[in-house]
Amino acid sequence: MARITAGLTTSHVPAIGMAVDLGKTEEPYWQPVFAGYEWTKKWADAEPPDVVILVYNDHASAFDLSVIPTFALGTAASFQPCDEGYGPRPVPVVEGHPELAAHLAQSLILDEFDLTLINELDVDHGLTVPMSLVYGQPEAWPTKVIPLAVNVVQYPAPTGRRCFNLGKAIRRAVESYEEDLSVQVWGTGGMSHQIQGARAGLINQEWDNRFLDLVVSDPEAAASIPHIEYLRETGSEGIEMVMWLIMRGALGERVQELHRFYHVPASNTAVGHLVLEPVD
Amino acid sequence: MVDNSELDDIPGTTVFTAERSRQGYHLNQMCMSLMKAENRDRFHADERAYLDEWPMSEEQKQAVLDRDFQRMLDLGGNVYFLSKIFASDGLSYVQAVSTMTEYTVEEYQAMMLAGGRSPDGWRSKSERPS
Ligand SMILES: [Fe+2]
Repeated sequence: MARITAGLTTSHVPAIGMAVDLGKTEEPYWQPVFAGYEWTKKWADAEPPDVVILVYNDHASAFDLSVIPTFALGTAASFQPCDEGYGPRPVPVVEGHPELAAHLAQSLILDEFDLTLINELDVDHGLTVPMSLVYGQPEAWPTKVIPLAVNVVQYPAPTGRRCFNLGKAIRRAVESYEEDLSVQVWGTGGMSHQIQGARAGLINQEWDNRFLDLVVSDPEAAASIPHIEYLRETGSEGIEMVMWLIMRGALGERVQELHRFYHVPASNTAVGHLVLEPVD
Repeated sequence: MVDNSELDDIPGTTVFTAERSRQGYHLNQMCMSLMKAENRDRFHADERAYLDEWPMSEEQKQAVLDRDFQRMLDLGGNVYFLSKIFASDGLSYVQAVSTMTEYTVEEYQAMMLAGGRSPDGWRSKSERPS
């Protein structure tokens, strides 16, 4: 039987990807950011899972405004890194897991989560930056990835509650897959940031740290946070944090916190990162 | 009708609603076209001619020509799409985004290094000096 072995959340700031690609990770500006992932890299290298269900959002890279799926599952065998206008990132091709993805698609839709299924998908920094943060710069990624793209660009994003419940459904779906696979769920994006308007540059460290606590210990409360609170308190782009709740829903009621990191700033953004293990 | 009064109460923030998305559709799709190098070259060779190929409003075209990002937001632009314009100009997010604030690029960067903009005074329009 497949099982969910761990969950992870991380910001996915594009400039972090550029720092990796351009060899700037030791520069004074970036060093403290990457230092926060040293523990995670060791943990990740020790035991990479068979599959990561990677929850992220596209940033007007693969998706334009012609179709705006709220939840879209990548069911392909592989996913190329997008050209986001500067040429594709020099990172390995992301290998999918079409069999598990097909099983997830069927289970989740019958469980009343009406996903969009995507058989052709290029993945942008929202997905590849977390891979770089956790696995560095390998020749090939050590794990297969099923992308789960969430619309957080056009308001409204799905509610936190909906994301949390989707995570719970993902757990049920994974646990009903026969093959013995270890599966992690990653929730990416956030934390507080706003990259538009006169209020740009907003960072709310107090709120972010409370959210980190809630995600670990009181996810029900985190799932009840309404959109307007994210927008007011964490900036217009802080709404990405609803994606963390998909990860948290998939881990079950209680978790053990293995690692936590918080740093301001990376470019315009507060970087937050958790590694969690389910406690059965 | 949906009630967006709470969204509209957040100062200095343009929430990209379905209504704004409708209004900005061609502006944003034009931005998206700049992902292709040949389109970027044609855009920079003659911006006006390139924009005239799109069914955008005259106000939207003028805002692009002026690189008035706040105006583009007001007319239905979304920053992830607008980023294709400033990326093609060779500007980073920090450089472009700071133009929408009260700060110069250097001041904006200094603010970020010092921990970013505090939400205090920026949660509601009622907190802003009029
Ligand atoms: Fe993002």
